[in-house]
Amino acid sequence: MPAMVSTSQPVQQSFNPYTENGGTILAIAGADFSVIAGDTRQSEGYSIQTRYAPKVFRLTDKAVLAVNGFAADGNMFVKKVRQRLEWYRHAHAKDMPIRAIARLIQTMLYARRFFPFYVYNILGGIEEDGTGAVYSFDPVGSYEREACRAAGAAQSLVQPFLDNQIYFKNQTPAPGTAFPKHLPLSTVLPLVIDSFTSATERHIEVGDGLEIYIVLSKGSTALQGLQTVRGVQELTATNDGERVFVIRRELKKD
Amino acid sequence: MYKPAGFDFSNELRNNFLVEKGLPLPKATSTGTTIVGCLFKDGIVLGADTRATEGPIVADKNCEKIHYITESIRCCGAGTAADTEFTTALISSNMEMHALQTGRKPRVVTAMTMLKQMLFRYQGHVGAALVLGGVDATGAHLFTIHPHGSTDKLPYVTMGSGSLAAMAVFESGWVPDMERDKALALVKSAIAAGIFNDLGSGSNIDACIITANSTEMLRNVEMPNQRVQKERNYKFRRGTTAWKKEDIRSLVVDEQVTQIGGDEMDTS
Amino acid sequence: MDHFPTNWGRPRNDAFDAYGTYPIHQRPQNGPKDAFVDGVQRTQQPIVTGTSVLAIKFKDGIMMAADTLASYGSLARFKDVQRLFPVGDNTVIGAGGDMSDFQYIQTLLDGLTIDEFTAQDGHTLGPAEIHEYLAQVMYARRSKMNPLWNALLVGGVKDGKKFLAFVDLLGTTYSASTLATGYGAHIAQPLLRKAVEGYENVLTEEQALKIIETNMKVLFYRDARSLNKYQVAIITEQGVRISESKTLDTHWSFAEGIRGYGAQTQ
Repeated sequence: MPAMVSTSQPVQQSFNPYTENGGTILAIAGADFSVIAGDTRQSEGYSIQTRYAPKVFRLTDKAVLAVNGFAADGNMFVKKVRQRLEWYRHAHAKDMPIRAIARLIQTMLYARRFFPFYVYNILGGIEEDGTGAVYSFDPVGSYEREACRAAGAAQSLVQPFLDNQIYFKNQTPAPGTAFPKHLPLSTVLPLVIDSFTSATERHIEVGDGLEIYIVLSKGSTALQGLQTVRGVQELTATNDGERVFVIRRELKKD
Repeated sequence: MYKPAGFDFSNELRNNFLVEKGLPLPKATSTGTTIVGCLFKDGIVLGADTRATEGPIVADKNCEKIHYITESIRCCGAGTAADTEFTTALISSNMEMHALQTGRKPRVVTAMTMLKQMLFRYQGHVGAALVLGGVDATGAHLFTIHPHGSTDKLPYVTMGSGSLAAMAVFESGWVPDMERDKALALVKSAIAAGIFNDLGSGSNIDACIITANSTEMLRNVEMPNQRVQKERNYKFRRGTTAWKKEDIRSLVVDEQVTQIGGDEMDTS
Repeated sequence: MDHFPTNWGRPRNDAFDAYGTYPIHQRPQNGPKDAFVDGVQRTQQPIVTGTSVLAIKFKDGIMMAADTLASYGSLARFKDVQRLFPVGDNTVIGAGGDMSDFQYIQTLLDGLTIDEFTAQDGHTLGPAEIHEYLAQVMYARRSKMNPLWNALLVGGVKDGKKFLAFVDLLGTTYSASTLATGYGAHIAQPLLRKAVEGYENVLTEEQALKIIETNMKVLFYRDARSLNKYQVAIITEQGVRISESKTLDTHWSFAEGIRGYGAQTQ
């Protein structure tokens, strides 16, 4: 009977400073746009803490950051990144370019190498040359620029789907044709939505709501198609030319 | 060699040793579940959700957790899926034997006793957490049976990871001698509380109403979590899958029958 | 006989609970341990503890409730303890977990309120600011591996905006129209969500009080570390009201009909 064990042998119940709060994030880069999405459920164990806790954050008009893992670390990390970006604005009178933000995030993560932020980061946005970019990080700062990445609870469900549908892995093109290098926004958005509805079906920690951020480069042709999408909302704050939009959708709540 | 009386747990010791050495053992599907039962004026209502999980992955979106024991006794199972299925099937079989032997309709306490004695013998290693309900000659009875073999007899019970959510609904809504419809609505709302608030429970609601003269199995009585339409079609072009080698064989067997002397066999 | 009350009457082993019926603050640690961890002694456990706090949004603001029990292990040690604490004119915080840590938090907040008053800059602290402050304190303490062992709810109304949020010993924060800590998160939250979600701007004070009362009753029936005496805080644009302690009217007559746990009939 463990409850009645005498205290002569003390039981060390050490404090664990981490927990996992579930959820999934993903990002896909297009030729002149980037899409960054995450579900809005925050959970611990078998309990839903809230049905709406954002995991995707607009940093600038050309960079959006998604964080997943331990929610307290995630929120703190976003707060610190934003602070560094504000200092950069004060020093240089412009927004930090995304590749510089990516390197900044690397150093900020590695600075905590021996007490890490338990957070998987995905940074999406527009590069200085106008191309869509996605950078993905591990919790201690290893990073890479990619065309698409999923992270979090349902990474193992979503990433293979993306590899197949974005990189056309395990598919042979029709004779005499080639797969496109970049997909249009009209294809990417449905893929993102389907990724999350599928992850919601098969992963217990994914669900409740979906937030999709879309960053368009200057004069992106994806704009016309986007404005007809149901429930799209613009968040652009500057006149630099890049534009940020968000789409919110419901996911199943069981 | 000396063999002590009773159950042999040497394989358990061996398995623990192997796990410690790093051998992964097969993981059982567990039904992190909401199951409930509730007494009403004319009998028993049992309820269950339909999600089965393997860790955080949904293994089955529409499984059946209300198992048949006899015509007027049913049993909801939570815990290790295989254990709940095999224990209820075994006890169902033994109950049928018992009925044939005695020539009477078997009682709920009989099933309860058989289940608890079996689970106690296995010292919790058979991970079945059960809600047993039914109607017999002595009236309507409702039990919970824990994996170690302890039992409870109460007017309303819940089990599984959603048990607290479901019990909250019962504690705020249960009254003695309810009408059938009210009892069913209460059970549905208890299961719904589990489905929407407990990550281990989900999908649809099953219910079973047992009275002295009828048993109604209401499979998927409510389906509040239908899958949404996909945005795209994922049909692959013929020839999408690459192949390294093509080998076409004829499977038509060419057979030649040669008659060798004598008459044909008389087959008349 | 074990004479240390914190070891009494734990219903289940905290490290292994297959059905999640006992609230575990964090998952059991299975990974390799730091070789020097045994040399440092600052990890703690809650000693005198409060159980659930509940809070909901309603038409005019926020309603929060907590019972008045502070337990010492399974011993109901102090039966008239305030777990709801007003901060400034627009905010109430409610605490579960270690009561000494909570009372320390109260002194922190008193200091904060005095500093804010002394500044005389025309600003007052609203619930959002107080929640942010607490989140930073809690996160900083967990990062020093020396947590304040609490789960806190912060509720209030300021400038016509209702605010309700959570923060715990890990610094985890979130917000919703219904919140509950401890066992309340498992038992009361399902009922609260059903009663409140979608009606945050419709529910009257009377309706909200009824919802809170029902849930405190359910918690008293099922949470072994709870009490049938509780307080309710109502925060509206007009200010903060914290009630005297109320006693729950509970019914146990159903027990008359129960005979044994198995085949017994008498």
